[in-house]
Amino acid sequence: MNIAQKSSFVLSHRHLLGIEGLSRDEIIGLLDLAEEFVDLNRQIEKKRTSLRGRTQINLFFEVSTRTQASFELAGKRLGADVMNMSVGSSSMRKGETLIDTAITLNAMHPDILVVRHHASGAVELLARKVDGSVINAGDGAHEHPTQALLDALTIRRNKGRIEGLTVTICGDILHSRVARSNIILLNALGARVRVVAPSTLLPPGVERFGVEVFRDMREGLSDADIIMMLRLQRERMNGSFVPSSQEFFHYFGLSEKKLAYAKPDALVMHPGPMNRGVEIDSSVADGAQSLIREQVEMGVAVRMAVLEALSRNLPNA
Amino acid sequence: MLSDRRPILLTNARIIDPSRELDFAGDLLIADGVIREAKRGIGAAGVPEGTEIVDCRGKVVAPGLIDMRAFVGEPGAEHRETLASASQAAAAGGVTTIICQPDTNPAIDEPATVDFVLRRARDTAIVHVHPMAALTKGLQGKEMTEIGLLKAAGAVAFTDGAKSVTNAQVMRRALTYASDFDALVVHHTEDPNLVGEGVMNEGEFAARLGLLGVPKMAETIMLERDVRLVALSGGRYHAASITCPESLEVLQRAKDLGLSVTASASINHMTLNEVDVGSYRTFCKLSPPLRAEEDRAALVSAIASGLIDVVMSDHDPQDVETKRQPFADAVPGAIGIETMLTAGLRLVHNGEIDLPPLLRAMSTRPAELLGIAGGSLRPGSPADVIVVDTDVPWVLDRADLKSKCKNTPFDEARLQGRVVRTVVAGRTVYEYV
Repeated sequence: MNIAQKSSFVLSHRHLLGIEGLSRDEIIGLLDLAEEFVDLNRQIEKKRTSLRGRTQINLFFEVSTRTQASFELAGKRLGADVMNMSVGSSSMRKGETLIDTAITLNAMHPDILVVRHHASGAVELLARKVDGSVINAGDGAHEHPTQALLDALTIRRNKGRIEGLTVTICGDILHSRVARSNIILLNALGARVRVVAPSTLLPPGVERFGVEVFRDMREGLSDADIIMMLRLQRERMNGSFVPSSQEFFHYFGLSEKKLAYAKPDALVMHPGPMNRGVEIDSSVADGAQSLIREQVEMGVAVRMAVLEALSRNLPNA
Repeated sequence: MLSDRRPILLTNARIIDPSRELDFAGDLLIADGVIREAKRGIGAAGVPEGTEIVDCRGKVVAPGLIDMRAFVGEPGAEHRETLASASQAAAAGGVTTIICQPDTNPAIDEPATVDFVLRRARDTAIVHVHPMAALTKGLQGKEMTEIGLLKAAGAVAFTDGAKSVTNAQVMRRALTYASDFDALVVHHTEDPNLVGEGVMNEGEFAARLGLLGVPKMAETIMLERDVRLVALSGGRYHAASITCPESLEVLQRAKDLGLSVTASASINHMTLNEVDVGSYRTFCKLSPPLRAEEDRAALVSAIASGLIDVVMSDHDPQDVETKRQPFADAVPGAIGIETMLTAGLRLVHNGEIDLPPLLRAMSTRPAELLGIAGGSLRPGSPADVIVVDTDVPWVLDRADLKSKCKNTPFDEARLQGRVVRTVVAGRTVYEYV
């Protein structure tokens, strides 16, 4: 079966640096385009040629397995030449600045740069110095737009809509770019967004983000349609932000008991990689209500959609 | 030097002398490096032969500014700023006296280093320079420096620069010992533990940018501690850079108690706020950080009322490599010695403050606190004088700035008013044509 391309959606931005700045229609355009790639990815023949001749560099200043693999597959399936660069093997370790790296790579004429960096704003800084399109694959605690898009696609496919759903995001909101991007996107599409976390892991001023804030899982999960769990970094659970992983799991870990506070058909998501037994119990992560594996699948489709929609806007000369 | 030391008569000026609370239309005569008289109608007839007569056409004539907090990279960071380049920038900004900071390399913590700075300034700078010396050896916050000998060598105050002395016992002893020499202790009030990994003002704006915040309490708690220590020790204390109403409350209480506590605010915190960080502009990354608009407005009111004594530039030249970084990795600091008066005029034009109290905070008050000459147009005072066109509109191009580094938060800003002549000890060292 060959799937004909129906959507001709073009993202009229040069870069995708965040969900902030995208309109509702642009988000929906990307999700619709991604749907087509979901079907394509389930075929034997997954190859497209829309990015043929294009060079895509995945520049990861922070280690990542799944996001980098997902972007690599997405680029390759669209026909781009994909190169991976990670910090361990790059000259950043030798003291070269981010901007020098950007200028050096730019001289090699990449069409698309996929960038992850540990500092908020770093991807935007780099984008100002290059000629091609830049996709933010996560910058510090700022944004991770493709994660929010893949989460939205996963929700829409399972619930048929996003508008009117109650989505509860739980855990380390303070340090989470996934939370920020999701809060913006879900608000733009009309969901009711809640966050649940101990106060030490909530950013000051979060109540003005268009979310309801809870410190108690029972209240925060009550009547939720979607539960998004966030990863808690190991270095933050030893007394600096929460006393221990045991105490965190006791109050904020998603167990079957806490899952029961939500709607009976509530679905569970996690951006990965998971700390089983810290923020989520294995029985929930692997249970019938879990969408975690489907999120990974949607990740490739969404990244193909972003690459495709941005490349339609690249100069052809 | 643009000209020799022949007498200068500035006529048809609006003369503002904050030291005597004078603001009148008149003339000012300078001769032999001092101010001869400032009054209505001196007239060309009564001046010495060869006097340069300048028709100011209503421009402001005021005491030269004294910038109480400026980082100059000498010794050790001459690539960032030298005494020569800082003094050129100062002259262009109407600053006739630079108070340079001791966080150099090596730190200014020995009399020989004070002497070095003074000699270098004498030989290379076109404005007056007085160094502050370190309060603790090597700025380590552990052992006090030779406060008596340093003061005798010419240090006008004692500070650990951009570092806070976290050990209260060290601070108490330093304040107590300094009081025997009537030495002024200047302190950067920021608790480094509360600052933590914070890089901008704590609040919604930082949260949206995904940046960790610096709470205002990092400043206010340290200031509160210091005020209590001053009550114990009786020293003369000056908070180096306060930024929020909570600190103003502490300051007011200290003054009400009659303690010798004074404070500065930087021109940046009076004219910019956290929103200017925009999309991660590292030139707006400062320590302490830019605060919210209501905090900024409160600072300006406190300058107008005199609660905050001094406005300084917090001039901190940073080269490209330390600023062309992601926001969290960039080094804080902005240059400002050349733009502090111009930036301040924005507040005057916006009706937020009158010019005389602004000039008082930039000249008269620092002279009083530091016990140095200047900051006055009283006859007999040194002829450190500026002429200011408060109305001329212009757009700042950072390439035109004289500082070695160009990290100004005012690049491409539309400004109104600038210094058109700077006179130091009777010599014209800068003229805008």
